[in-house]
Formats: sequence, C-alpha cells, structure tokens
Amino acid sequence: MADQSEFAALAMEYMSALYTAALRMTRNQADAEDLVQETYLKAYRSFGGFEAGTNLKAWLYRILTNTYINTYRARKRRPEQADVENVEDLYLYHQLAAGTAPGVGRSAEDEVLDQFTDDDVKAAIEALPDTFRMAVLLSDVEGFSYKEIAEITDVPIGTVMSRLHRGRKALQKALMDVGVARGLVGVGDQQQ
Amino acid sequence: MSEERDEGVNQDRPGPTTFVDCDETIRRLYAYLDGELTEQRRAEIAQHLDLCGPCVGAFGFEAELRAAIANRCKDRVPDSLVERVAAALRQESEAAAGEGS
Repeated sequence: MADQSEFAALAMEYMSALYTAALRMTRNQADAEDLVQETYLKAYRSFGGFEAGTNLKAWLYRILTNTYINTYRARKRRPEQADVENVEDLYLYHQLAAGTAPGVGRSAEDEVLDQFTDDDVKAAIEALPDTFRMAVLLSDVEGFSYKEIAEITDVPIGTVMSRLHRGRKALQKALMDVGVARGLVGVGDQQQ
Repeated sequence: MSEERDEGVNQDRPGPTTFVDCDETIRRLYAYLDGELTEQRRAEIAQHLDLCGPCVGAFGFEAELRAAIANRCKDRVPDSLVERVAAALRQESEAAAGEGS
C-alpha cells in the first residue's frame, strides 16, 4: 500500500517524460496537457493500490496509455496499420548510403542524420499509427524494457517486439520521406 | 579465428560457442541495442561485430539513429501545467479531507 500523501513528492518528477509522450500521442498541446493532468488525478486516486517499491514511472505510463486509448483514440480513430511490407531491414541506412561515396571519418549517412531537426523527428514519430508510435516512444525515447512495455500496454512481449519491428521500419520510411522533402537526400538516391 | 570452444576458460563470462552470420546479426540488431539479449547471445553478436565491417557500420548507424530519436524528442513541460496539476492534486486531497475520509 502506498501512502497518498507521498504521491506528489514521488510522481511529479516524471511529468516531463509523460508530457513528451502525451504530446507525441495527442499531437497537440492542449490535449497533451489535459491528458497529463487526467493521468495524475487518476494515479492519485488509485495510489492506494500502487505497490510501493515497484516501478512508479511504468505505472504512470500505464495510466497515461489507458487514458489516451479510452479518451482520445475513441475520438479520432485511425487505421492501425503500419504499411511496411516493402520496407527492408536497415531501410534508412541503405537508402542514405546509396549514391554517396564512402568518405573519411564520419559516414555520409551519419552526416544526413545530423541534419534532421527536432521537428523532423517529431513529425516522423507522429506519423506512426497509435500502437506502433507508443511502442517506439516507450522503447527508443523512454528506454523501457520489452517486459515493461508489455505491462504498460497490456499485450504479450511478442506483440511488443512485433510492434517495435514494424514501428521502427515505418519510422525510418517516414524519416526518409522527410529527408527527401527537405532536400537532405536526393530523390535519385532512392532505391525501390 | 578458431571455432573451438575454450572449455574451462572464463567460467564467469561464458565465451561465444557459435558463430553467427550477417543475417542473424542484423536480425538481432535491435534486441542487441535494446539490451534484450542473453549474455551468451550478446557475446556471439559482439564477436561477429569484431570481425565484420559492414555489420559494424549498420550497428553504428542504428545506434546513432536511436540516440537521435531519443534526444530530439524532448519537450519542456510548461510551468503552467506543473502548477495546474499541483493545484488539482491539492484540491483533490482537500476535498477528501473535507469528507472526513
């Protein structure tokens, strides 16, 4: 049993991470703020059921995820498909390497990667379907383990791995599209 | 490189016993970067990477991409939201106290 009076002292430090996830999920600031506030209120009310000493951050993410699914996703349902049938492993790496001669020092692929802005990366993540976006955020941005992601999103570990695999491919495709649109990569470099 | 096992050597850190090829190495790339491989598998992949330039290039790129995604995806919480949540929590606890519960 966790003591409700300790909730704020323990939970407030995770707001920055939760807010980032909320922004990527809702794609707008007003909804993200409401989602974070609702998450904290729900967590506070059910804090008595939180087992002290277990992973508070993962528990908060679980509440955020469920609240998002129940409230926001119901509003604007998008198809839950990541179309990655034609996207090979190492898609972005191969695309960026194509047509650029091997150089000295840092590779051409890494140089292109450096030119992506925060907004480019955020836009690519926000372009992913919900379940894939959540898996990629929880793993790549927050560094949760597969087991923790399985618990947060309430699916088997195998499903987490499959979502990450497809989500990362879709993210690489989205980044490539952004790179082409911004002229960082020549369209002629693209292989298909 | 010998494919023979060094039985009895490094008992606390078992060395690789199987050689893995490029396909398997790339297939396990993200599990490796995510820290989700057993120590044995991790050692097998690390040994392949010691010998294979192309796979090292791919791993290096994916690791940089993963870091870029993490680093360029941070947003600062507005102070107003921190205050709003703190106020909502205070209100909640006062309401509970008012009910005498």
